[in-house]
Amino acid sequence: MSTDSISTKLKPKFQKEHQLAYYKALEDKHTTIDVDQDPLGTRMILNMGPQHPATHGVLRVLTELNGEKIVKNKLDIGYLHRGVEKIAENKTYQEFMPYTDRMDYLSPYSNNVALCTAVEKIAGIEVPERAQYIRMVGAELARISSHLLWLGTMVMDAGAISFFIWTFRERERIYDIFDDFAGHRFTVSHSRIGGVASDLTPEALEKIRAFIAQFPDEIRDWKKLLNRNRIFIDRNKDVGTISYEDAIDLGLSGANIRATGIAYDIRKVEPYLKYAEIDFEVPTRLEGDNLARYFVRMEEMSESVKIIEQCLAKMERGPIRVDNAKKTYPSKDEVYYSMEGLIHDFMMTDTGVCPPAGVESYHAVEAPKGELGYYIQSDGTGHPWRLKVKSPSFSNLQGLEIILDGQMLADTVVVIGGIDPVMGEADK
Amino acid sequence: MAKETIIAVSKAISEKFGELVLGTTEHAGDHIVIVDKSVIHDVLKYLKEEHHFIYLADIVAADRFTEDDRFEVIYNLLSLRDQHRIFIKTRLPEENPSLPTATDIWRGANWNEREAYDMFGIQFEGHPDPRRIFLPEDFKYHPLRKEFPLLGVPGSLDLPNTNPDAE
Repeated sequence: MSTDSISTKLKPKFQKEHQLAYYKALEDKHTTIDVDQDPLGTRMILNMGPQHPATHGVLRVLTELNGEKIVKNKLDIGYLHRGVEKIAENKTYQEFMPYTDRMDYLSPYSNNVALCTAVEKIAGIEVPERAQYIRMVGAELARISSHLLWLGTMVMDAGAISFFIWTFRERERIYDIFDDFAGHRFTVSHSRIGGVASDLTPEALEKIRAFIAQFPDEIRDWKKLLNRNRIFIDRNKDVGTISYEDAIDLGLSGANIRATGIAYDIRKVEPYLKYAEIDFEVPTRLEGDNLARYFVRMEEMSESVKIIEQCLAKMERGPIRVDNAKKTYPSKDEVYYSMEGLIHDFMMTDTGVCPPAGVESYHAVEAPKGELGYYIQSDGTGHPWRLKVKSPSFSNLQGLEIILDGQMLADTVVVIGGIDPVMGEADK
Repeated sequence: MAKETIIAVSKAISEKFGELVLGTTEHAGDHIVIVDKSVIHDVLKYLKEEHHFIYLADIVAADRFTEDDRFEVIYNLLSLRDQHRIFIKTRLPEENPSLPTATDIWRGANWNEREAYDMFGIQFEGHPDPRRIFLPEDFKYHPLRKEFPLLGVPGSLDLPNTNPDAE
């Protein structure tokens, strides 16, 4: 097949320059020698997505196939680009927080915590201990919730539909917990700069305790079903393998890098909140294939349950927000019953938290997908001068482009499922 | 603990590159070393090879708008062995901002540099695939520059026809 034929055969109807550059990039990808003749006609260009149910959002994969094998591929992202970094420059820090819910929309709580801890770091705000434990409980529940969705869809991509229903039953319980705990089921926006919005209610606490008591049994049942399942293992073993050198070189993060044998977890490398005081393991595997990612994430869910148990045990009564009206919103009681409270509330909404002028700092948390960090440059006002999101899915998708080369086409969906990208986060 | 090791690294950079290191700043435990753009590639290579910064976490570009050197690029490096982070910053002029690519040091710099190009129009010389990453090629602006309006430019994005009878 002559290489100039893709762009001549496919006549793009809109965004012509983009489409042509994209096809050209696929043609230029490797500098291997292309055979000009293709007498059997086995080579073809296949465009998968952006509207494809298995791409978990709007990911577009352009592949060149030889029979059923992917010779090379290029990813096209940006279909969900909403310009959140631009929006952030025009909002106060607290106003921007609900936008972070919509970035990794499978684990909103982790995103809230990531932004709030980053702002607290640059503005030098100390958060009360109880608030930190509440955040940890929320973040770990979000991790379980995100991994449950990954498990359901990944096993569904591998062919077992019923599994999705079971993981979603458990997810539903987490939604119910968040409903009591944060006031919303899905996009919770519960964390605040300087603390959290509300304390754990006794009902929420009871639900969390019931959930962590029963959830390990579910994991055990799922493991029983999958760990020695011939079809599941054949579908995942040695599929989508990446070596640890490549994983570091490409900057993969989260479970994807841990599945290659590198115990890189922000909770251990740069402990934030109270993770340094909690006893937990960072599960790793050496194989770097899809099955290894499965084992790592399954273990992570068990570790999260352990972390929640310890947090609930260590949590002591106390304030849930900083008692300083220059740094955080006053409580609703103060706002309704005192003049100062009302003024402070107004000032926080109007101006917000002001970090010192001209400073910049970076803070990362271990989100379910990997290292989620915020790089903030402050100009001394309540709006960030520049806010850069380091999103784990963006880095992981870059690895996906390398992993997919040489795979079978039918494995594409399983590999995408195993990498677990969220387009809302990758596209910003 | 980690703090002393990172101070040692930033001292080593200052010794090796002399006056081409323009300064160091520190806030809330994050060390930023500002270097001249002529040595940025050498500094990054030196850090990877001599100080084990094998993991490139992110590349941040920023627009300083009214300052002399308008753009800045910050490399966020992590050493997995010593468990510390360092930030290497360099500044670029407003006219034709360009830098040598870091893709030959970390392959993962590829998409991050494409993002910096897409959002700020910073060119990376020697980049293997210098396309925009989020926005289509037909888009003619760099939206994170401060002069770009928040509401966007009407008509700047070519959208598909939603009326099936039009063709």
